[in-house]
Amino acid sequence: MLVREGQVRIPSGCAISGIINKKGELFSGSDIIKSISLMHDRSNGLGGGFAAYGIYPEYKDLYAFHMFYDDTNAKDNTEHFLNKHFNVELSGKIPTRKVAAITNVPIIWRYFVSPRKDKLEESGLSDDEFVVRCVMKINNSIDGAFVVSSGKDMGAFKAVGYPEDIGEFYMLENYKAYIWTAHGRFPTNTPGWWGGAHPFTLLDWSIVHNGEISSYDANRRYIEMFGYKCTLQTDTEAITYIFDLLLRKHKLPLDVAVTAMAAPFWSEIDRMDEDKKELVKAIRATYSSILVNGPFSIILGFKNGIVALNDRIKLRSLVAAEKDDFVYVASEESAIRVVCPEPDRIWAPRGGEPVVALLEGVETI
Amino acid sequence: MSINYLTPEFVIERDRDRCIDCQVCVRQCANLAHSFDEEDQKVVSDDSKCVNCHRCVVLCPTRALTIKRNPLEFKENANWTPKAIREIYKQAETGGILLTGMGNDMPYPIYWDHILLNASQVTNPSIDPLREPMELKTFLGRKPEMLRVEDGKLAEKLPPQLELEMPVMFSAMSFGSISLNACESMARAASEVGIMYNTGEGGLHRNLRKYGKNTIVQVASGRFGVDPDYLQAGAAIEIKIGQGAKPGIGGHLPGEKVGEEVSATRMIPIGSDAISPAPHHDIYSIEDLRQLIYSLKEATNYEKPVSVKIAAVHNVAAICSGIARAGADIIAIDGYRGGTGAAPTRIRDNVGIPVELALAAVDSRLREEGIRNQVSLVCAGSIRNSADIIKAVALGADAVYIASAALIAMGCHMCQKCYTGKCNWGIATQDPNLTKRLNPEIASRRLANLLHAWAHEMKEMLGGMGINAIESLRGNRLMLRGVGLSDRELKILGIKAAGE
Amino acid sequence: MDRIPDSAKRKRVYAREEVCVGCRLCEVYCIAAHSSYKNDLIKAFKRSYIRPVPRIVVEERKPISFGLQCRHCEEPECVKGCITGAMQQDPETGIVTNDEARCIGCWTCILACPYGVIMRDYREKKVAAKCDFCIENGGEPACVKNCPNEALYIGDVRESCDDAEGGPDK
Repeated sequence: MLVREGQVRIPSGCAISGIINKKGELFSGSDIIKSISLMHDRSNGLGGGFAAYGIYPEYKDLYAFHMFYDDTNAKDNTEHFLNKHFNVELSGKIPTRKVAAITNVPIIWRYFVSPRKDKLEESGLSDDEFVVRCVMKINNSIDGAFVVSSGKDMGAFKAVGYPEDIGEFYMLENYKAYIWTAHGRFPTNTPGWWGGAHPFTLLDWSIVHNGEISSYDANRRYIEMFGYKCTLQTDTEAITYIFDLLLRKHKLPLDVAVTAMAAPFWSEIDRMDEDKKELVKAIRATYSSILVNGPFSIILGFKNGIVALNDRIKLRSLVAAEKDDFVYVASEESAIRVVCPEPDRIWAPRGGEPVVALLEGVETI
Repeated sequence: MSINYLTPEFVIERDRDRCIDCQVCVRQCANLAHSFDEEDQKVVSDDSKCVNCHRCVVLCPTRALTIKRNPLEFKENANWTPKAIREIYKQAETGGILLTGMGNDMPYPIYWDHILLNASQVTNPSIDPLREPMELKTFLGRKPEMLRVEDGKLAEKLPPQLELEMPVMFSAMSFGSISLNACESMARAASEVGIMYNTGEGGLHRNLRKYGKNTIVQVASGRFGVDPDYLQAGAAIEIKIGQGAKPGIGGHLPGEKVGEEVSATRMIPIGSDAISPAPHHDIYSIEDLRQLIYSLKEATNYEKPVSVKIAAVHNVAAICSGIARAGADIIAIDGYRGGTGAAPTRIRDNVGIPVELALAAVDSRLREEGIRNQVSLVCAGSIRNSADIIKAVALGADAVYIASAALIAMGCHMCQKCYTGKCNWGIATQDPNLTKRLNPEIASRRLANLLHAWAHEMKEMLGGMGINAIESLRGNRLMLRGVGLSDRELKILGIKAAGE
Repeated sequence: MDRIPDSAKRKRVYAREEVCVGCRLCEVYCIAAHSSYKNDLIKAFKRSYIRPVPRIVVEERKPISFGLQCRHCEEPECVKGCITGAMQQDPETGIVTNDEARCIGCWTCILACPYGVIMRDYREKKVAAKCDFCIENGGEPACVKNCPNEALYIGDVRESCDDAEGGPDK
């Protein structure tokens, strides 16, 4: 009897790709589908997914919940919960088309919500924290329900299958976004569960990840102290929570967060000037359990841009390119060239060196 | 005068074909087990005096000697073992409590030997320590929950930390229980390797003040040698509440071992027994501990981390939670296998719990309460090799203390007679004829060698797991699997069974 | 440790009394090194009709002890006093050796030596026996090599006694 993510830890290898238009101009999903499908052989058809930002401009102040339900019971229970805590402006099925390769389709629904004022006041939390807690509650305690994404003006689309089939299934060529990220999965077990595919999201953070982190349990047991529950037992989940902790809760600058996750070696730190050395030493000492060991290349998406990062000794491939207002990152150069044959600049970032592409006019995260 | 029922525990076998009667053994045995018979012009031995320390065996230039267990046997009895019988004879003879040295030698399970490590394959590459950097640097001390950074600079300094080049330190062994040469050897090796050594409750001898940067000074229940200079002299201060070898009772140094130097360092009269009280008489509850911790911090201007050392006992998780909230920066947990210079046998062998279980329980509890980053955990109580260290870190320790292993590196042969003050290796003695046998040049070199060897082995094991910095192993229980353990034990250790 | 013929500096054996354990293994190995069985301790002791004499002697008053052998003085009294010229000093290395073929066992050198480190050897004929820095063993003194606590070491000849490690020469 096969167990799914959360009941057992399933490592995987994969392909990732991401495209951003820095001016915030919207473009269709066909480019990202083209890019990820070129890397077909990096997946084994057991999972794939996309994250898109800017797809719901009419509802951009509402949280867009994308949901998977195993059955109508789960749907009813979740809707009951949602109605208790949120004002649901709109809800409906996420449009899909029949694709032979995509089977065992769950009930896929989306809701555009805002927290109920009285519940929010009662809790004393910020909007974001309120949403985070509710999402965790649904994932942990409502059987058969899974929150795929819960950010504003963004959404995640994932399934079990090859990413190009998934793109077709969700009709992504009809959506227009200013950021697209994509993922194709090669897990070493056969869970057959849609929720386990990437990207993993929390609020408007989305992570697509290639690699397997050897520090997983050290990282998990640290962030669980701060209220996060790593129910899926995947690396991607842990990485997403780490970013949320460092960037949203601790409000650290991005370079500090990246240093904590992919820290330079002591031999390099010894050669830094005094102020920098003191800072990096303090980061390594304080956030020692957040250092991510083991191969990874990740693309973090959020409403203001993307960050792509490799582990400190560059054990996974990651290539970046720029052309005009577009920035591309992918696991392979060919995946970039298939959508952008003549980039202005193309390079492979060093281990631990982030590629940061923000919307114009935005200074920080 | 009645007869002594205790037959010799060991027999000395001398190969007459190899013995050249050079008398090295005669001169070297502090227990006078060998002597030269002038009439027969040859060396003879008295088995009853032998304690099996191997000094004569090692020094004999022709390897003519060996020591064996006395083959004299009692009738087979699984309940009344020879040990049980002999202990009664001894007590009937002397009327006193049984004393012993070093750590619990009973066959309780050793959990380190039931834990196995992972290696990365296929889905994750192992890392080659010969060709890639592998980092063992560790910081001990209180860590803030988050950093404050302004303009790319650190806005608020970290609380004081100890920086170790590898996650190993020399555990507390007092000057008095061991010789000054032994203390100096550890101080030198700690200095060279970049780690710490601990003064134990014997105070800090003036000759060792120069190693202050690598010294943790201990404040134990007897408060021996504690004055403002002492507190300032080290890099950190440790409050010793208990030790694994004898939880619940204090240190014991017989008057014979209190000579001029020990007296001056401990600030007690020459020849007086140094018996530390069981509790600190100003710590009768957790809030008193908080008071002492902050008094020490005030006295040293909050510049040094304060550590609290406890023995691993039944509710160790709750105790540690309390200690963390009382303001300690480091907690050292000493398991029941910990060594000592002198302890009542019954206490050593029956009190306390294994440090593996204690460590796992404490680490889990502190994480559940969300306060794990407030203290660093140091694990002690029989760390025998580098694999034990790796397993300890994976269970949740920030660093380990070694003591028996360090003494063995310096020459100890585990004869468990430390309390007699006649240590033939110059370690657990104050007799100047014996202390000179421990040459700090040689001993510190051996200690440094041991640590370098272990560091190398640790790097190999880390690389195999696909990890290149020790902090990514800390608390990483998924890297461990148990073998031959019950479900309950697996649950307490927080690890899966091999095969899962 | 330099090997003697090619050394331009003059070397001597010095003792660290603070780590000498008084075991007298230096004496044992000195005996073997000057016997007919240089590499076999057991035969060196058991097959010698009369046990060879050690050229290093451990002086002891507990807890102080140290091994003492010929100091190979700059101005050796024994060489001056030798009536047959058997006692000789090598001009380059300063090592003083006794040519046993020429020695007549008059013991003048023993009387002259201010350190008392020359012994009477009665094995075949009467000769004076003293430390020869193990020249015949390639210049690696057996006492230094085999001291279990590194209480003997080879050092450069000192200008004055006060240069000594651990205090003036005794």
